[in-house]
Amino acid sequence: MTDFWSGYAWPFAIIVAQIMAIVVPLLVAVAYLTYAERKVIAAIQLRKGPNVVGPFGLLQPFADGLKLLFKETILPAGANRIVFLAAPILTFALAMVAWAVIPVAEGWVIADINVGILFLFAISSLGVYGVIMAGWASNSKYPFLGALRSAAQMVSYEVSMGFVIITVLLCVGSLRLTDIVLAQQTVWFAIPLLPMFVIFFVSVLAETNRAPFDLPEGESELVAGYFVEYSAMSFALFFLGEYANMILMSAITTILFLGGWLPPLDIVPFNWLPGIVWFALKVALVLFCFLWVRATFPRYRYDQLMRLGWKVFLPFTLVWVVLTAGVLVTFDWLPQ
Amino acid sequence: MNPLLVEYLPILIFIGIALGLGLVMVIGSYVVARQRPDSEKVSAYECGFEAFDDARSRFDVRFYLVAILFIIFDLEVAFLFPWAVSLGEIGMFGFWSMMVFLGLLTVGFIYEWKKGALEWE
Repeated sequence: MTDFWSGYAWPFAIIVAQIMAIVVPLLVAVAYLTYAERKVIAAIQLRKGPNVVGPFGLLQPFADGLKLLFKETILPAGANRIVFLAAPILTFALAMVAWAVIPVAEGWVIADINVGILFLFAISSLGVYGVIMAGWASNSKYPFLGALRSAAQMVSYEVSMGFVIITVLLCVGSLRLTDIVLAQQTVWFAIPLLPMFVIFFVSVLAETNRAPFDLPEGESELVAGYFVEYSAMSFALFFLGEYANMILMSAITTILFLGGWLPPLDIVPFNWLPGIVWFALKVALVLFCFLWVRATFPRYRYDQLMRLGWKVFLPFTLVWVVLTAGVLVTFDWLPQ
Repeated sequence: MNPLLVEYLPILIFIGIALGLGLVMVIGSYVVARQRPDSEKVSAYECGFEAFDDARSRFDVRFYLVAILFIIFDLEVAFLFPWAVSLGEIGMFGFWSMMVFLGLLTVGFIYEWKKGALEWE
């Protein structure tokens, strides 16, 4: 019996507690990201934004969540019910699971596996399934077209994202996320690999279906894209998944290019702050850029989007991979 | 416990918790909210008029083309991952092998570009 407690129950309880320590702040962050989005865009458009529910409208996300909870769950007559309900759950779960390998500060990670970046790449690729399942199972025209567009867009930009990750890996020589951060102690990769940083950020916008690449949910032509038929909590799960994905992608950008939890300069006033604060600040900065871009740029056309992905980003990143590898090999700067 | 399990067990538990959380939220909403479906409410949304045929009709072949191109380049990326990590150990021979491979793929990429496979009108 003592063997059971010390061998299985305690480690299990500790793991569950660690997971909760990630999931609960993440869900709160998602709630306040929707609030921040409305406030930031309101400020850019000289409006006030939500300011009625609670002080400064701070309780607005919870009011929205409660409203969705008490709405009727509509199952369309022609839909495949199991797939229809599984799609939002899958989208939500994938957006959560990726956080298992994200190091939020030195050693603060649930599973520090040695193929961390590959795991993240795999999980973010699986995100396409939630979209395709939702669009197909709805058996309705707008979701179907939205899902097709969304899937094609996500896979197109994943290729250039892959090449960008390769250039970073060439400079690190390890797939472990902790090593990627520690390799940036002298200089953040955003500086030597600046073009890759920009391409990665733009690809992330396309990958998360954010403006100006939000064609899958282009209101004027597809109503709301692949989740037209969803209501109540199944809709909320898509929403949560999408925003959790935005935070996740910002975290990946931070780890790959902005030095993760490292302070900008390793001198006195900066390194007083704990690593997690720097990490959160950097993620918030990238997220602000997401919102800023949404309020600033008009939506792309679909052929422009495909052209940018396949004819600009793909050749450019491919050449940059060769260039980076060439420079590293020639000057013998490769990490051992 | 065996070391592989120790590394990956938290991820497995995380997957379980995340799926469970999603399921609880959907079921919870279904139980809490009043359900009153009627035939208009559950019919497919079609901007004001009745849905006139099945939504799973034929669609543009270019989506297949994008999927095939994606598979080619994603496989390429999959080959590049181990190469990028171990480039320090495999030296010039490893570097030039990958350059030949990338060169071949670039020839294919130029061909499909010239053939118009990347055009969306």
